This record gives sequence, C-alpha cells and structure tokens, in this order.
Amino acid sequence: MAANNRTTALARRRTEPAVERGIVSSHDRRRPSVRGSLGALQGGLLVTLVLVGLGPILWLAKAAVTPTQDTLREPLGLFPTGVDWANLSTAWSRAEIDHYFVNTLIVAVGAWFFQLLVATTGGYVLSVLRPRYGNVIFGLVLATLFVPSVVLLVPLYLTILDVPIVHVSLLNTFWAVWLPMGASAFNVLLVKRFFDGLPREIFEAARVDGAGPFRLLWSIVLPMSKPILGVVSVFAVIAAWKDYLWPLLVLPDPENQPLSVRLPAIAPYLELDVFLAALAISTVLPIALFLAFQRLFLSGAGLGGAVKG
Amino acid sequence: MTTLSSPLRTTTPAQPPSSSGPRRRARRTPRDWLRDGGLSTLIIALPMILVFGVFSWFPIGRALVMSVQETNLVTTPEFVGLDNFVFVLQDPLLGKAVANTLWFALLALVFGYPLPLAAAVLMSEVRRMRGLFSALAYLPVVVPPVVAVLLWKFFYDPSGTGVFNTIAGWVGLGPYPWLQDASSAMPSLVLEATWAAAGGTVIIYLAALVGVRTELYEAAEVDGAGVWRKIWHVTLPQLRGVLFITLILQVIGTSQVFLEPFLFTGGGPNNATLTILMLIYDYAFGSSLGGNYGAATALSLMLAGVLAVLSAIYFRVTRPWSS
Repeated sequence: MAANNRTTALARRRTEPAVERGIVSSHDRRRPSVRGSLGALQGGLLVTLVLVGLGPILWLAKAAVTPTQDTLREPLGLFPTGVDWANLSTAWSRAEIDHYFVNTLIVAVGAWFFQLLVATTGGYVLSVLRPRYGNVIFGLVLATLFVPSVVLLVPLYLTILDVPIVHVSLLNTFWAVWLPMGASAFNVLLVKRFFDGLPREIFEAARVDGAGPFRLLWSIVLPMSKPILGVVSVFAVIAAWKDYLWPLLVLPDPENQPLSVRLPAIAPYLELDVFLAALAISTVLPIALFLAFQRLFLSGAGLGGAVKG
Repeated sequence: MTTLSSPLRTTTPAQPPSSSGPRRRARRTPRDWLRDGGLSTLIIALPMILVFGVFSWFPIGRALVMSVQETNLVTTPEFVGLDNFVFVLQDPLLGKAVANTLWFALLALVFGYPLPLAAAVLMSEVRRMRGLFSALAYLPVVVPPVVAVLLWKFFYDPSGTGVFNTIAGWVGLGPYPWLQDASSAMPSLVLEATWAAAGGTVIIYLAALVGVRTELYEAAEVDGAGVWRKIWHVTLPQLRGVLFITLILQVIGTSQVFLEPFLFTGGGPNNATLTILMLIYDYAFGSSLGGNYGAATALSLMLAGVLAVLSAIYFRVTRPWSS
C-alpha cells in the first residue's frame, strides 16, 4: 500500500513537473500586482528583442527588394514606390554572388569535414583506444585552448606559404582554410567528453564479437554520437561561414574568395540596392540553418559556457 | 585478433587488470605493439596529430622563435635578440592602440555585460514562449559578422536620412556623425559588436540559471526577502562561476577585436579606432614593402602574455568563492 502510494506520488510528480519555480514564487505570481509588473517587464523585453534582434534583419530583407532611391531618401519607409524584386537576381548573377556563394559552400563543407574527421578520430583515440601517448597528446591539444588565436595569425600564415615536411604552398587553395580549422581543441574536447559517457560494455561486446578499432568507430561509436556530431557540425559550418580575416589572408585571389571576404571588397562597385540584396542573400542560409536546428544551436551555445568552465 | 591484449582493455578501469597485467605491458616489443592494434590506433590518431602538429603546435612554437628573429621571406631568418620587442615598444602607435583596445574592452563590458544578465534573469521567469525569447535574442549571433558590420555601416550614415539618425530624429535628437567623429566612432563600434554577441551570452546565462537551486528562494522568502534581494543573494552568487567565465571570455575576445575597426573605420578617424590586432595586421600584412613578421609576432606574444597574466590574477582572486 505504501509502495503503491509512492508510485502514484512519483507518477504525479512525473506528469506535472512543469510547476518548477523561479525567482518569483507561484504564490506571488497569482497576485495581480506581481502578475502585472512581471507581465509588463516581459512584454517590454519581448518588444525590445523583436525590435533589436529581428528589426535589423527585417530591415535588410525589406531593403533588399527596395530601389536605391527609396532606401536613401526614406530608409524606414515601407516600399514608397513599390518592390524591386530584380535586385536579388542582379546581385545573384551580375554581381557574381552565385560564384562567391558556391565558394562559401566549398569552404564550409570542407571545414565541416575536417573538423568532424579530426574531432571524431581524435576523441575516439583519446577516449576509447587510449594509447600510452594519449595523455601527452591530450595535454598538448588542451594547451592550445589557452593560446589566443592572435598568436597563430602570422606563424600560421607563414606555415601555409611553406608547409613543413612537404614544402608546398597552400596559398590560394581551400586547404589553407580547411586544415587549420580542423585543429580545434574545443571540438576534440567536446567529442571526447561525449565518448567518455558512452557505455563501455557495448564496446567490449563488439570487441568480443571481433570488431576492430575501425569497425568499432564506424559502426558502434559514431551511430551512438549523433547529438554531439550535430553540435560540432552546426558550429563548424557557421564558423566557416563567419570567418573573415583568415580567408582574406590565405585566399588573395578573388576567384576563390568566400562571401565574407568578397562583400566588403565589392561594396564600392555595386549600386546600394544590389549591395543590400547581396548582404541579404549571404544571410539567408545561416538564418535558415538556425531556424531549422534551433535547439542544437541554443544547446550548443549554452555548452560553450559549460565546457569552458 | 587476440581479444585480451587489445588496447581497449585499458578503457574499463572498473575491472581488475587482466592476466597480462600492466607491468608486463611496460616492456613491450614492437611486435606486441603491432599485435595489440597499436598501428591502427596510430592511424586513427594520425589526422589529429598531423592537423594539430602542422597547423597548431608548429606555428605556436614558431611564434616564439620568430619573435626573436628578423623574418622577411627573402633572406634566411636572422636572430636579433629582443629587437622586435624594442621596436614594438618604441612604436608611437602602440600606446594609442593599447588605449583604444582598453577603451573598446571597457565599453564592451559596460554595454554587453549587465544587459544580457538582466535579460536572461527576466527570461528565466517567462513561463510561455521561452523558446521565442531565446531565438530572438540569439538571432543576431547567426548573422555573418561581415554582413552585420556592413549593414550597420549603412545604418550609421551621418546624414540626416541615415537609418539611426532618422530614428534619433523622431525624438528630436541628432543627426550624429557616428563613425565619422573620433569620439563617437569607438562607442559606435562597440554598439554593433554588442548587438552581434550579446545573444550568445544570454544563452549561456539561461543555461546556467536552470541549474540555480530553487529551494533557496523559498528559504529567502521565509526570511522575508523581496525579488531584488532574492536575485542579489540567491541567484547571482550561484551564477558566480559563469559570470567569471563570460567575463574572461569577453576580455579575451574584445582584446583581439579586429573585424569592427577594420571594416567600419579602417582604424580611423585619426587612429581613434586603431586596435592592437589591427596594429599586428599592419605590421605583418599592411605594408607593400613586405611584412615585419618579427614585430607582429612579438606584439601578439606580448598581448597573449598580458591575457594569460590577467586570467591568472582573476582566477586567483575569485578562486576562494568560485567553487
């Protein structure tokens, strides 16, 4: 009977966990004055967030299809002389945004691949295989977390000009962006920590069944790690999309440059409406990714604080 | 494959060591290593070792060497002692760059440190549509930084019909010169940088607020504490760790600011927005005469040193109450 009571209590707690409390107690929340001021504060916050967070992006979307003169004369007017959809196609083809868009995709996909390759194989070696040199390597990887990226700027550039051992220059090749992005200690740490949490018994069982280290990684570990691979993937693509200074240095030939590098360079040569359309086009994919994988983005951003702590 | 001697054995610390024992492994022949799967382990470790080795560890080591060398890519590098450091320290622009970077970091703290915290605390009290709040807050972070800067550059148009000046005009203010004036250029840069980054901080705080132990609120209420005292005595102390992390991250980030001054103002007007990283860039890549790579690495190492000392001091000071 007592046990039965406990199960019902447990069940009840499980069905209504939503009443977790915050700073303001549920009792206070029922008071009209508290309710009113809290509601007003939160409403104000929502309005501010819409204006500040969404406003500039909506403005860009509007300006992308507004004629130059209207944007200049009445920047906050809503289509005073109509919509000019042609801006988008002009920017896409005549301003060669299509070409730079493809470059950006190439940069992002390659950076994604190498970040995933290094992070998964590295995390697997450090967490599961654990060779005796593993601790040394892990220490060296962790140490790079504490070196600010500014230190790497010049020596890494010179390394790209003349890669040690093979003595080739990666300048003007996408390798120059892909490979350095693979050296992300943060990714390795993230993936290693995830692998650390996987049940070892499954690995043992697979090993007893005759699975070698490659098979174990490919067929057991990776399929179990989709959440963390998603986080790493999203951040890899976004980071590659955002990067500016590094591709500016190692991709001096406009033919290979991604959008982030090209946009400031072509700004003076484009008409304003076409330029704003180009900016809008460059923003569409990251925002679409964000809307599609919102949970992944936000949990990943929260993770940033947790892991570094 | 010999099951017992696979390297995987070492991954189950809970189990007692199997018959071959750790002692015997200490004297392994290369053949044992090979049979234990050491080669495949090494192959799997290779991407990490190569990529980190060539593109992280080697350049870091090289930075140390280059800072005491004269490197110009034409002749063989020559050791010059501390000449590069002396050159940088005697550069009249260094003081300006350091002051500007400190000013940027300070403004970024004033604009960007308390606001996300207040927003996150308020958002954590939202019962419905919390996802909408965080999505809206995070949206600017997703906008590519270059697009954000170019867009804001247009918003900052100094004429009366500029976007911000139009808005200021509605309440009878302005027009302001924004980026064109030496005194308002830096705050304008910081405003955009804060817009672009604050969402990430809000999300970090929100994640941390979930972990705040709520039973302490009840205890505080029993003692008659109001909302403000609950925030001050219960919420904030439990966020200390995260507040410390975001502060360090923000200082490290803002001290390396480059994109905003580079694209907004090019360091102007009259060097009012020249930052340390822009100076490093100018040393190495700004001159058509060839890069002064030694000076650039010397300055970046000095910056890294200051950052390391800063975080060490801060860590020491806050350690007594950070755990």
